[in-house]
Amino acid sequence: MMREETLIYEISRPGRVGCALSDLDVPATEIRNELQEKYIRERLPLPEVSEPDVVRHFTRLSQRQFSIDTNFYPLGSCTMKYNPKVNERIAGSPGFAMLHPLQPEETCQGALALMYELERYLAEIAGMEAVTLQPAAGAQGELTGIMMIKAYHRSKGDDGRKVILVPDSAHGTNPATAARSGYQVRKVPSNARGTVDLDALRELVGPDVAGMMLTNPNTLGLFEEDVIEICETVHEAGGLMYCDGANMNAILGRSRPGDMGFDVMHFNLHKTFSTPHGGGGPGAGPVAAKEFLRPFLPVPVMDNIDQEYRLNYDIPLSIGRMHSFYGNFLVMVRAYAYIRSLGAQGMLEVSESAVLNANYLMAKLREVYHVPYDNLCMHEFVASAKEHKKRGVRAMDIAKRLLDFGFHAPTIYFPLIVEEALMIEPTETESKETLDAFIEAMIEIDRESKEAPEMVTNSPHETTVRRVDEATAARRLNLRCVGE
Amino acid sequence: MYPDNVKYTKSHEWVRVADKMATIGITDYAQEELGDIVNIELVQPGSTLSAGGLLGSIDSVKAVSEIFSPVTGEVVEVNDELETAPELINEEPYGSGWLVIIKMDDPSEVDESMSSEEYERFIEPE
Repeated sequence: MMREETLIYEISRPGRVGCALSDLDVPATEIRNELQEKYIRERLPLPEVSEPDVVRHFTRLSQRQFSIDTNFYPLGSCTMKYNPKVNERIAGSPGFAMLHPLQPEETCQGALALMYELERYLAEIAGMEAVTLQPAAGAQGELTGIMMIKAYHRSKGDDGRKVILVPDSAHGTNPATAARSGYQVRKVPSNARGTVDLDALRELVGPDVAGMMLTNPNTLGLFEEDVIEICETVHEAGGLMYCDGANMNAILGRSRPGDMGFDVMHFNLHKTFSTPHGGGGPGAGPVAAKEFLRPFLPVPVMDNIDQEYRLNYDIPLSIGRMHSFYGNFLVMVRAYAYIRSLGAQGMLEVSESAVLNANYLMAKLREVYHVPYDNLCMHEFVASAKEHKKRGVRAMDIAKRLLDFGFHAPTIYFPLIVEEALMIEPTETESKETLDAFIEAMIEIDRESKEAPEMVTNSPHETTVRRVDEATAARRLNLRCVGE
Repeated sequence: MYPDNVKYTKSHEWVRVADKMATIGITDYAQEELGDIVNIELVQPGSTLSAGGLLGSIDSVKAVSEIFSPVTGEVVEVNDELETAPELINEEPYGSGWLVIIKMDDPSEVDESMSSEEYERFIEPE
């Protein structure tokens, strides 16, 4: 049983130090001679703790961490696949890990070659030609892509396009990206099958439309079967097609957004290409685009002139820089390692197993959970707890109860078009035994919802911290943890 | 939970009319579906809206949702109390949880909204 962990400030004792530095062997200088007054603080309340205090505190906290290294994590839309340790080993090689971003190009040709090759791999997987590795996450990839679309229209002297079309099932980042880029968002409804309503789209498209953002497969885990007609419809009106690549795991190596008609897309290296979602490092959201959008890529772009790699800043129509230096390099190394260790055949097996696992879960869980769109799914599916709600048990309660069984909760209350949504994405890295254990837990929770609903509504019971009061935490936001 | 002294919209707002003044809020069904409301952003007093225009957005533990004005007119008052106590919308959606008061250009617009029986049928189609 774990006891409650105190804040590090609560174990702080005045004057306690973690390591003793040797005496200065140079003359001391007065800080006021070096820094302006406004930068000098009289008091800096940092915790004063010993090394074992720090190590034990953070080790204990890390042991509470729920992670893909400890448990099954079917968090829909996030592709929480296992991150192979070989990626870490390669990213930890001194030649990569010890690089300095200001190092002369001729001294880091290997790293630049890796970036160049990763760009080529991603271009091939996308079915597009031009790639930037810079964006630090999927949402920044979206912003990059939409800025490129805007720059493209502007370069043609077309300033009249003010609207980005976004389906009602889209990730929230899509309308946010469009709005942040100065566009109005026009919502495209879904049809009864859960995919884009093509007739509605034809009504909504027009000369004011700069483009459309579409996730394929979409957030219901359904392949947009009309994608070619959707792209044609938007193209005919002069708009461009943006592919949110969050769900690439479903189609990796099998179908390519470029072939579907998309003009620009982002990848999430931390989803599809097994780089860490957190803890182990930041994300990366490379953007791929068709050749005609190459002039608008962020700078610098990678050049390969007779096997000599250069960073090229001379791109007059570029949207500018999206990230300091070259993006999150060590994340790229991990994704490169993943692609190289799988190969083309391995990537085909990734998408095959991801889709098979999701369909296995859906087929088994459909017996006890309502599945509103129950055609064959891709890498994930959305169940609904609307029958459970009638018994007083909501999606939130089911999610919390799953923690007691040692499973991370699915994504809940998303997509918004499904009532009491439970969005489940198993990924390809789980065994049948793990999937079966999850199915058993879900069936048990369904039984509890009928026979002992309070078991579910009062959960979790086994975690160190029980049900947290999210509403009060959000209403009375208090981020300050320093004991004054 | 659907009082009959107000009219209802398909996007789950209610509107209560006194003369040219329309008080607007969200329905009990809407607050129940949203869950605990943690923040609300509303238009400024003095702004003019057309029917169907964006009145603001509501942030709950589940999602951010947009609220639309059922009527055309000028916003004359905004419920400031919600800024520090958004939970009033959960507690009294038809009372202290009201959102804005709009001075209507055309009071007959409200006739298009649903009665309480119609709204009840709308949310419980079975």
